[in-house]
Amino acid sequence: MEILVCIKRVPTVGGKIAVTPDGQEVDTRASGFSISPHEECAVEEAVQITERAGGSVSVLTLGPADAVEQLRGALALGAHRAVLLETDGREFGPIATASAIAAEVREHGYDLVLLGNEAADTGDYQVGVRLAHELGWPVATGIKNLLVEDGSVVARREYRGVEEAYSLPLPAVVTVKEGINLPRYPSLPGRLRAKRAAVETSAPAYAAEGLRKEALRVPAVASHQAAVLGEGVDAVPALVKVLEEWGVLS
Amino acid sequence: MTALVLVELDGGAPADASLRAVSMARSLGDVGAVVFADSAPADALAAYGVGDVYLIESSSLEGYAPAAWARTLAGLASETGATAVLAAGTDRGNEVLAHLGAITGLPMAANCTLVTPDGGQTHRLVRHRWAGLLLEDAVMEAPVALFTVATDSVAAVPAEAPSAVQVHVHKPELAEADLAVRAVESPAGAGGASLATARVVVGGGRGVGGADGFAPLEELAGLLGGVVGVSRVVTSEGWRPHKQQVGQTGTKITPELYLACGISGAIQHIAGCAGAKHIIAINTDPGAPILAHADYAVIGDLHQVIPALVEALRAR
Repeated sequence: MEILVCIKRVPTVGGKIAVTPDGQEVDTRASGFSISPHEECAVEEAVQITERAGGSVSVLTLGPADAVEQLRGALALGAHRAVLLETDGREFGPIATASAIAAEVREHGYDLVLLGNEAADTGDYQVGVRLAHELGWPVATGIKNLLVEDGSVVARREYRGVEEAYSLPLPAVVTVKEGINLPRYPSLPGRLRAKRAAVETSAPAYAAEGLRKEALRVPAVASHQAAVLGEGVDAVPALVKVLEEWGVLS
Repeated sequence: MTALVLVELDGGAPADASLRAVSMARSLGDVGAVVFADSAPADALAAYGVGDVYLIESSSLEGYAPAAWARTLAGLASETGATAVLAAGTDRGNEVLAHLGAITGLPMAANCTLVTPDGGQTHRLVRHRWAGLLLEDAVMEAPVALFTVATDSVAAVPAEAPSAVQVHVHKPELAEADLAVRAVESPAGAGGASLATARVVVGGGRGVGGADGFAPLEELAGLLGGVVGVSRVVTSEGWRPHKQQVGQTGTKITPELYLACGISGAIQHIAGCAGAKHIIAINTDPGAPILAHADYAVIGDLHQVIPALVEALRAR
């Protein structure tokens, strides 16, 4: 089983999020970078599949040269091979991203491509689907349970209280969500192996798309602080009164 | 000008998230609703200004098949000359519009909060990034604007007067490949009311202390006709299943009341609960970030406050 996992380098956002003065990027002066959370689970899922069924896991990212850090992070979790599609710092849109990934898939040949359901930063919700259409492969998205069978996968998710199961013949594209597994912590030998591993690098061509970012901004939220109803159990009568006023006790 | 909206149903009625999309579509032209079901809630849609309902019955397409739904929308868009196709920013809405983008080769903007025609094939739009923690101002150039509408930012507003509505039974032209991936549905396990649509959510975070600390929260949620939601630390510690997680990588909620207990309020969590109408925080720390997003706060230990609140509610 040859699996490709596509990951993305995104700012590690903690207490607050700010934008650079030119409005083009998240201000990362006070933060590091990490793998987008759904994709960390995609790496773990791929590693678990190959631990059971054999094969190998390649991990790919499209991003700046610094994104090698996230590729090494995925190698430390158990991926075997790393591919960097290096950009010149410009943000590729979902169409160009899918097309660059499709070129790698055609060249190398895979049984299964895993992605996160959506990247934490851009939230485009479409790279996996566009990739599948470009390859002519079946795709399931938002998956939280994946079962690999002989020549096919069964992918499950829940929607409005109903479980949906999708049966896909391989090769296929599956986008996963956090919750499909609990990613392991990298082992020390894993980290050492990752540090030494070679990263295959190429530079796909940038292409502008019909959706163009002008600026990012932090939404204006009326700054306020909650009114304190009281301390401990003494606050309960006031709390009940508020719930009554809001009509949530009817 | 026509704007087509994929309308999802919730127990036969238009889903709240879809009515938000319909409300936004009214500023873009005559609204046509596309419904995949054997009957359409035509009057409920007319109240929100829908003039045409395109009904795709199960005789032509049984069950959910995302590529087939997208192919159907593509066909209807060209038949009606639509200049925009919208869906709610739900898992299904985003998935179907992504397929539609791939099929047509057009750009698709997910989770928009505002879309304005700007002449010719141009639309100016505002969309969520970081699940709404940031907004992106963007320009879309496309013969048909494809986008989804953020489920927690745009209000569902009835039209000033109901529109005269016509229901058209539509038979889509589908290829076999469009039907290759389809959902086989079965009832999900325990869960009952859905977190995404619950009227009251009782949230538990690190302050709950462990897997065995959730019984009082469950009891309170039961009394309030709501469900329990949790923060990311709770699921990554394995205290509760991931499907109860509220936040950027979990579920976005839009309840009347979110009662956040022992939750400090990391911004990824705020991204999931900012659509709540009212927020009350119960926290031992008066400096917790969640207080900057709450209407009211009780400073105290949830392990004492929640049982006392349950007792007070039972006594009413």
